[in-house]
Amino acid sequence: MEQQRTIRKRGKLRIREDHISGYLFIAVAMVVFLLFTIYPLISAVITSFQNYKPFGSTWVKLDNYETALSNKLFWKACRNTVIYTALTVPLSLVIAFIVALMILPFRRGTQSFFKSLYYIPAVASAVVTSMVWLWIYDSSDAGLFNQLLTFFHLPTQQWLTSSKTAMLSLVLMALLGGNGSSIIIYIAALMGIDNTYFEAAEVDGATFWQKVRYIVLPLCKPTTLFLFITGIINSFQVFINAYMMTGGGPDNNTTMIGLLIFNNAFKYGKYGLACAQAILLTILIAAMTAIQFKVAGSDVEY
Amino acid sequence: MAAKGLYSQHHHNPRMRVVRNLVLALILLSFAGVVLFPLVYMVSWSFGPNVKMSSSLYTVFPRKWTLDSYKAFFDFSPYSLRWLLNTFIMAAGTTVSNVIFASMAGYAFAKVRFPGNKFLFFLILVAMMIPYQVTQVPLYILLVNKFNMSNTYAALILPGCVTSYNIFLSKQFFSGIPTALIENAKVEGANQFRIFWSIILPMSKTVLAVMAINTFVGNWNTFFWPFLATTQDSMYTIQVALKTFKDASWTLLSPMMAGATISALPMFILFFTLQKYFLEGVTVGAVKG
Repeated sequence: MEQQRTIRKRGKLRIREDHISGYLFIAVAMVVFLLFTIYPLISAVITSFQNYKPFGSTWVKLDNYETALSNKLFWKACRNTVIYTALTVPLSLVIAFIVALMILPFRRGTQSFFKSLYYIPAVASAVVTSMVWLWIYDSSDAGLFNQLLTFFHLPTQQWLTSSKTAMLSLVLMALLGGNGSSIIIYIAALMGIDNTYFEAAEVDGATFWQKVRYIVLPLCKPTTLFLFITGIINSFQVFINAYMMTGGGPDNNTTMIGLLIFNNAFKYGKYGLACAQAILLTILIAAMTAIQFKVAGSDVEY
Repeated sequence: MAAKGLYSQHHHNPRMRVVRNLVLALILLSFAGVVLFPLVYMVSWSFGPNVKMSSSLYTVFPRKWTLDSYKAFFDFSPYSLRWLLNTFIMAAGTTVSNVIFASMAGYAFAKVRFPGNKFLFFLILVAMMIPYQVTQVPLYILLVNKFNMSNTYAALILPGCVTSYNIFLSKQFFSGIPTALIENAKVEGANQFRIFWSIILPMSKTVLAVMAINTFVGNWNTFFWPFLATTQDSMYTIQVALKTFKDASWTLLSPMMAGATISALPMFILFFTLQKYFLEGVTVGAVKG
């Protein structure tokens, strides 16, 4: 009896000890989280209803949102972001999937070699890649792509400075540069498929393409959805390529939402408007993500 | 051999398999050549002459290889080496504090019971979905305008010193550790700090290494925040410096490529020495994401 009671007592003590150590473990992380995530988030919402001034901001109700939504440039930036996303995200998934399929039949060592090879561009910073591509796209005859066109006796292009090709140039750069991690993730998913599926298909005399269509694609659906959603979220926030390479031009044809928010905040000092636009962007991303989960169906678990 | 059944093994004709793999390898290598070309172009032109790009230089690779452009980049500013040091301090500082504090928080969320555990972790998950544009403006107002902290290492390091993603990453990993292990240690009288230090951490080297590498590379390569938080060239990080260098000496291809190569080289060295953790780091966050 006596012993049991002390055990129970000790158990309770243990739990309280756990509470204290739990809070101690998360203390630093929570202070940082409060200061640099929660506070800025709340502050952004407040600022979006204000005309920000260092001393004495004034409340302007929904003015910033009205300004944002009635601004032609905002809608153009939205359109550009959607075009950029629609061209880069699905296509780079297709490229990553095909490359992963091609790497699959090799031995583990060879697989790692190819994975590393395709991952290397991801190690270079966006500033570095932008600088190199600026020269590849250089509008003069000395630009690499123009040298290539001249070699094939084709007319040279203005690449980044013509409204016809500027957006496509950014898309091409994204397609060739950013597939490393998707390839690796796809290979992991492919390696996880149980071999019995293929054996059964073989018995039924299925061809390679039938196996891909009816076994691989459905089983990779969660991976595809994951890559698709994260791809879209990242693509909607894209900033540095347009900032470094085109400055949004020509004629704002490559101004995307990320760049527009940056310009409003740090070029024109319109903090309130920038915050309102950033919050609109958040709502847009959240809505898109929710729609994708709905469309993809309930068979995907996270 | 999971998933190998997708491809026919060509048991009747092994030569077919060799030919098929050769063809696949050839295609993979040529596409890799295209993907890697910008970097090859960068490195090779970094050894080009320190002169304006003109029609006389119409070649894919430089004709004469020199180190002039590297010299030009280091002569561009007295702070050239300082930029690399600043970047290192920022990246190393955020990495150390993330490995310590994010893993501690991740462990608590995974294995320690306390009121508010679920709710706080949920908040962190939600925070991960918020675009960085939302928090950057208030963060800038707070640290630069209110606290006057621009051009300090503290301003560079603090906002990223414990990230939601790293807390999430380590929580996912620690959740996989059997609770019985921790209960046993508790019965033997160990407190949570002891358990974390002498049982959990030694088991978690891989996830800690992945976290460290991701954080270090991410911070070395980041542009946006250092660009906002620094105004003096003595405090630039290498990425910010590259941008100003680009604006100052456009038309000078080779010095620009030399600067780009210098800034990317430490990351390439890191990648080739720690490949395994880089590749692991990609899937660790995605699987069961």
